[in-house]
Amino acid sequence: MTSRLYWMVADGWTITRFNLIGATRVPELLVFLTIQPILFVLLFVYVFGGAIQTPGFDYVDFLIPGIIVQTVTFNGITTGVGLAEDLGKGVIDRFRSLPMARSAVLAGRTAADMVRNVLTIALMLAVGFIVGFSFNAGVLEIVAGLAVMLLFGLAFSWIAALIGLSVPSAEVAQSAGFIWLFPLTFASSAFVPVATMPAVVQAFAEINPVTKTVDAVRHLFLGAPYPDAVWQSVLWSVALIAIFAPLATAKYRRTSSR
Amino acid sequence: MTELAIRAEGLAKSYGEVRALCGIDLEVPTGTILGLLGPNGAGKTTAVRILATLLRPDAGTATVGGFDVVGQADELRRHIGLAGQYAAVDETLTGLENLEMVGRLYHRKVKASRERARELLERFELTDAGGRPVKTYSGGMRRRLDLAAALVANPPIIFLDEPTTGLDPRSRRGMWDTIAERVASGTTLLLTTQYLEEADALADEIAVIDHGSVIASGTSDELKQQVGGERIELTLVDREHTAVAAAALGELSEESPVADAAAGRVVLPTRDGARMLAETVRRLDHAGVSISDLALRKPTLDDVFLKLTGHEAEVAPDSGDAAEEVAA
Repeated sequence: MTSRLYWMVADGWTITRFNLIGATRVPELLVFLTIQPILFVLLFVYVFGGAIQTPGFDYVDFLIPGIIVQTVTFNGITTGVGLAEDLGKGVIDRFRSLPMARSAVLAGRTAADMVRNVLTIALMLAVGFIVGFSFNAGVLEIVAGLAVMLLFGLAFSWIAALIGLSVPSAEVAQSAGFIWLFPLTFASSAFVPVATMPAVVQAFAEINPVTKTVDAVRHLFLGAPYPDAVWQSVLWSVALIAIFAPLATAKYRRTSSR
Repeated sequence: MTELAIRAEGLAKSYGEVRALCGIDLEVPTGTILGLLGPNGAGKTTAVRILATLLRPDAGTATVGGFDVVGQADELRRHIGLAGQYAAVDETLTGLENLEMVGRLYHRKVKASRERARELLERFELTDAGGRPVKTYSGGMRRRLDLAAALVANPPIIFLDEPTTGLDPRSRRGMWDTIAERVASGTTLLLTTQYLEEADALADEIAVIDHGSVIASGTSDELKQQVGGERIELTLVDREHTAVAAAALGELSEESPVADAAAGRVVLPTRDGARMLAETVRRLDHAGVSISDLALRKPTLDDVFLKLTGHEAEVAPDSGDAAEEVAA
């Protein structure tokens, strides 16, 4: 049993390591993954920002946590697309014919994508500082805020992993991974205060895990008064991982690349 | 009594309505090469996928290296290597990194993995390219790397699913040499192919598979005896001379020539066509028959199928192997 656990971790790390080595050879991917959110930052700050009232905050402070959380959920799609590509190329077949841990390919890949998310978050914070964002918190809170976002991103990587293993091609994984994230991330507190939305949307936005996570990060980065959002967000992330990691792993075991 | 490295009994698999395998039996003695020969969609890939533990059979049992493909899949995987129809290597990694990663995943130590990777690159003439990302490799180089990856752990049993499909004829022959010299020695090999020539060049035994069933099996010679071996085909300038030509070639081969007077064609079954070609021309010349076309034909998969099934090797458009193609 201990050796089983050891190989789960060791094999997962092997996958993570080589995945990251491969990622350094396609820096374009990180650049393109980051250009869109940076454009969003600029558009929202300089185009919509003036029209959006965010009592208690400068709009740029309000926006940055929201937009980073959105970006992190979008980045999960890379996990799904990568797996769909590997499936199409037969790479997954090779892995499945090796005496390695059954969980390693997915765990290793989601972990690698979490490392990528660290870079994305750093880049976006840098852009945030340039357009006027500033923290109102101690180091511990900032670190906690980063951890909350990374955990949330990991949960979405696992969801995307299941999608990537279930669809016929990388292209489908791309659009199937994307389409539902738009309503999910926009009907949340990410860009505008939930209170301004019509009742039905508001009801959805209030239970939306994206709202919980954005509020948690606003609490930790800016001292906004939502302490409960922190554990609620963590609970959402843990629950999503607890549901989707086993589902994706079961799918991987059965998947016979078709 | 020979030991069996691979043994399958009544393997069956369906994809929804499509029956990809209808209960096949296979036996591969240790250290020998079995060629699984059939057209696209015959069920070859499905069979390999079941034996390599990628797919569970709907019915039937199989053991590989003495391990059950369903019940002892984890243990079984330590003893096999698989190289697929599509070169299953990571394009962003270098050749060296690909092999090193596979070594690590076979649970070899870091240093041993790297040494083995170097050794294999050299053996497969990829040393110079070993430090370059695979996306810069040619098709033939990728296949060689894929094959090398299957050998990382020195497995006693290797599956090669259509190792030369999509390669140009020159790379194909190079691949045959590579397989014959570097893969086959001592290991048990199950190879799938669409080319009779390939099975002939590499396999000890051949099993012909069509629509999910084995329809013939035996050594290459046995199979050719059933199908008919090489033949010399000639077309005459003047159809009137057909009978004269057939008579002139009468005792040349063990089998008598078949004359088609209406088409002005004569077909001579033969075992040693290349040598007999010259004699054929000489005799015809002597008999005063001029020919417009002369060819030495080797039996193809189509001939095998025509003979064995009465229909040509055909790809059922929506058969299980449309899935197989996307798959592997």
